[in-house]
Amino acid sequence: MEAMRIRRMARIKKTVTFLIIIALVWISIVQTGFSLSTILTGLPNMRSLIDEMFPPDWSYFSSITEPMLATIRMAVLGTTFGAIFAIPVALLASRNVAKIPVVYQIARFIMNLIRTVPELLLAALFVPIFGIGEVSGILAISVFSFGIIAKLLYESIEAIDPGPLEAMTAVGANKVQWIFYGVVPQVVAHFMSYTLYSFEINVRAAAVLGYVGAGGIGLTLNNALSFYQYDRVLTIILYTFLVVLLIDLISNRIREKLI
Amino acid sequence: MIEFKNVSKVYPNGTVGLNNINIKINPGDFVVIVGLSGAGKSTFLRSINRLHEISEGDILIGDRSITKAWGKSLLNIRREIGMIFQNFNLVKRSTVLRNVLSGRVGYHSTIRTLLGLFPKEDVQLALDALETVNIKEKAYNRADELSGGQQQRVSIARAIAQEAKIILADEPVASLDPYTTTQVMDYLKKINQEMGITTVVNLHFVDLARQYATRIIGIRAGEIVFDGPVEEATDEVFSQIYGREIKKDELLGETT
Repeated sequence: MEAMRIRRMARIKKTVTFLIIIALVWISIVQTGFSLSTILTGLPNMRSLIDEMFPPDWSYFSSITEPMLATIRMAVLGTTFGAIFAIPVALLASRNVAKIPVVYQIARFIMNLIRTVPELLLAALFVPIFGIGEVSGILAISVFSFGIIAKLLYESIEAIDPGPLEAMTAVGANKVQWIFYGVVPQVVAHFMSYTLYSFEINVRAAAVLGYVGAGGIGLTLNNALSFYQYDRVLTIILYTFLVVLLIDLISNRIREKLI
Repeated sequence: MIEFKNVSKVYPNGTVGLNNINIKINPGDFVVIVGLSGAGKSTFLRSINRLHEISEGDILIGDRSITKAWGKSLLNIRREIGMIFQNFNLVKRSTVLRNVLSGRVGYHSTIRTLLGLFPKEDVQLALDALETVNIKEKAYNRADELSGGQQQRVSIARAIAQEAKIILADEPVASLDPYTTTQVMDYLKKINQEMGITTVVNLHFVDLARQYATRIIGIRAGEIVFDGPVEEATDEVFSQIYGREIKKDELLGETT
């Protein structure tokens, strides 16, 4: 009897979950006005766009190298600043380091708050403050990578072996020495890996940030699009694709070696 | 000298860890603490360097109260007490030498230790300490490349380099095999005799306790139920400490 009742409950639960998902998808379709015909009528446009894109403007490659380098510079600087600021906050957010609940709760709150803001929004906020250009982009990327690195780092810190920490307390180390000899050697490889991972993401993000005026290749892409120079657009896309691929490849190799 | 004055420890959940302990441990003693697991051995040991806080009473290290010490003075007392742990507690990703040198951080300024700028004498001291436990050739290996017994010797070297006057060892051989167990205990005994370091060891092997201790303290339910020279610690005494007959797995066996 009991077993049958439990089985029936489980079945009802499954059915209800399924119905809720169907309802959500259906409501979304209705609200957005999504329909198959939109896609079908769009297909010929896609055809003409591709026609206009090919062949790509090969000569354009050399003139977008500078904005591409600017994009990478933005990612390098943004990642570095973000990583540096992530260290103290991640330490403060870790229960086993900060010890005092108020301290790590506040640090976690700040971390989570910053993580909820998408980088494009950050850039859109910084452009009116610091002006159009790379500085706004760098700041946006700094804040964004701070969020990623701080979160991942604090999770690693909380998972370290408590043994060496106890040993450092026992030898009479002060808190800073305790952190440098007990915590740091256990997480430094993770930290490097997270920084590289964040750099991979940042290169992609930096490529888009120009769209809101925050410098880099996105600005060039925006110009090409608004002048309907689709052959140039394709060149930019291909170039970005190559650079991102290369950076991911190198970064992944290094990260495999690290851990 | 270590002195416990009316020391009690009650855990937040109400468990009594230590109940009104009064005891003196003299300089140069090799004391072995025996008792069932959960009897309070570890609480007793860890309250000496205040890894555990006590609820009542006072603990004196030499003539200084560690219970009342705070800030720099607490660190200064701790720096003279070496500690050996069951799981060695080395930083596995660091070199053996760096692990030993970590015992020296209490003697130098923060900035100097962060930059790893230990004076030449400290490096020599660390290498000599490794020599004492016969593992100097591993100084530049990563700690996790060493076997358990070797890692425990490194942690003894850390305590030596610390120039500790007291060494506390909390189940130092519990995760080692019988052969390395004897090795590690021999080194502890050696530095106790040659350097006159007061040594307090928690052990659950009865025969090992008899073999190495000069004095045995039996703890049961947070109270000292036996305290005397090793000669007086007969089988009946151990049965009393344990509240039952000695079981086979409480004897190490073949090495005695």
